[in-house]
Amino acid sequence: MAASEYDVAVVGGGLVGVATAWGLAREGCRVVVLDEGDRAVRASRGNFALVWVQSKGLGLAPYAGWTIRSSEAWAGFAETLKQETGLDVCFQRPGGFHLSLSERELEARANNLKRLHNQPGIADYKTEIMDHAQVAKMLPDIGPEVVGGSFCPLDGHVNSLRLFRTLHTAIKARGVTYLPSHRVENITREGGEFRLTTAHREIRANRVALAAGNANMHLAPMVGLECPMRPERGQIVVTERLRPFLRHPVVTLRQTDEGTVMIGDSKEERTDPAGLTLGVSATEAERAVRMFPVLGSANVVRTWSAIRVMTQDGFPIYDESESHPGAFTVCCHSGVTLAANHALTIAPMIARGTLDTSLVAPFSARRFHVQEAG
Amino acid sequence: MFKRLAEAGTAVALTVDGKPVQARSGDTVAAALLAAGIDRCRTTPVTGAPRLPYCLMGVCFDCLVTIDGVGSRQACMVPVQEGMKVETQIGKREAGR
Repeated sequence: MAASEYDVAVVGGGLVGVATAWGLAREGCRVVVLDEGDRAVRASRGNFALVWVQSKGLGLAPYAGWTIRSSEAWAGFAETLKQETGLDVCFQRPGGFHLSLSERELEARANNLKRLHNQPGIADYKTEIMDHAQVAKMLPDIGPEVVGGSFCPLDGHVNSLRLFRTLHTAIKARGVTYLPSHRVENITREGGEFRLTTAHREIRANRVALAAGNANMHLAPMVGLECPMRPERGQIVVTERLRPFLRHPVVTLRQTDEGTVMIGDSKEERTDPAGLTLGVSATEAERAVRMFPVLGSANVVRTWSAIRVMTQDGFPIYDESESHPGAFTVCCHSGVTLAANHALTIAPMIARGTLDTSLVAPFSARRFHVQEAG
Repeated sequence: MFKRLAEAGTAVALTVDGKPVQARSGDTVAAALLAAGIDRCRTTPVTGAPRLPYCLMGVCFDCLVTIDGVGSRQACMVPVQEGMKVETQIGKREAGR
């Protein structure tokens, strides 16, 4: 193997990239993170910050187990980051709700969970359906229109902007080279090493981990991989800081450690990150007020739209290249929830040079080809 | 600390946290609070630091108060009116109030 500058080049400096880079540095690798500049379309700055378990895995049972694994590892992950950086990402796991505003919604919810749990080999994540009175015991401020919901004790949330900052602080402290404004234009493999072309210079590394979110779609084919994506847009409405009243995060609504309430309930197929559909924000806010009437008098201080990283079927893609040994994909929608897995499970695999198929085989992009699915 | 250069306008009566305060027509709520000598119009939601009106031109958001039941209004952008009820905001606002 050539004596490259770096053991691993991580392409992408968002949450997935830096969590992976941190894990690699902990394994003793010399790591470089190649990132875009400040104008990058960055999901890590727009996300909703849930560490979420319930409903994950319908259509791909192993995804439930993979999600639970990260959820279980999260507290230790946050504690280690705190020891290394002194920064608290405010991870909490009080259990979370999915609330329904009509009997029809609740019935659809219950059916979904039943289908999910009926899949062979599914991990049990203890979700239960509750009626209005049961929910009201745990969330006393729900409105009369909330007919019930589902509760999963494994659900939690963090301060995700602080997580992003903390991971960057942690990789810096561990000697990872971070290169912003180094958008990767091309990747080749020559003489046993990867050459990554950027506008500034060429970077050489023994291995490459693609963690560039939706851009993986264009990067993966350069190293004999594929990463089919379908980005979508979400919108978030943020209120002023309020005294804590919401003890549990709801999938569409949560109160942060500092008191703001984030409301995010939307999916749009459009992918213009600069726009905002006012009607979508209005609908989100209206549903939030029906769930928690006390929000009716709260002031909204910010709204934004952000592009979700989304694979074609919504499940993660972890792959290693057969034609370009040493090239890996690390790609998923849930960069916050799965951060602990990327740091503590995926990164050590990349450091060893091969993915552990007993854990991640179901997440290969080969699943998109029916011929190879058997 | 502040004193008026001239007693322009007519007298306007408002209350701040239930106590009567005399202002002058043409005052903003922020000016009336400063003229009345209050030592804080709010404390911040996270660290609890005291705040008074600062920029007086709608930019800094330090002068947020509750006016006639509506929270987090910019006192420097609202002219006083007879009978107005102003409340200081201590820490995080309570949802539903």
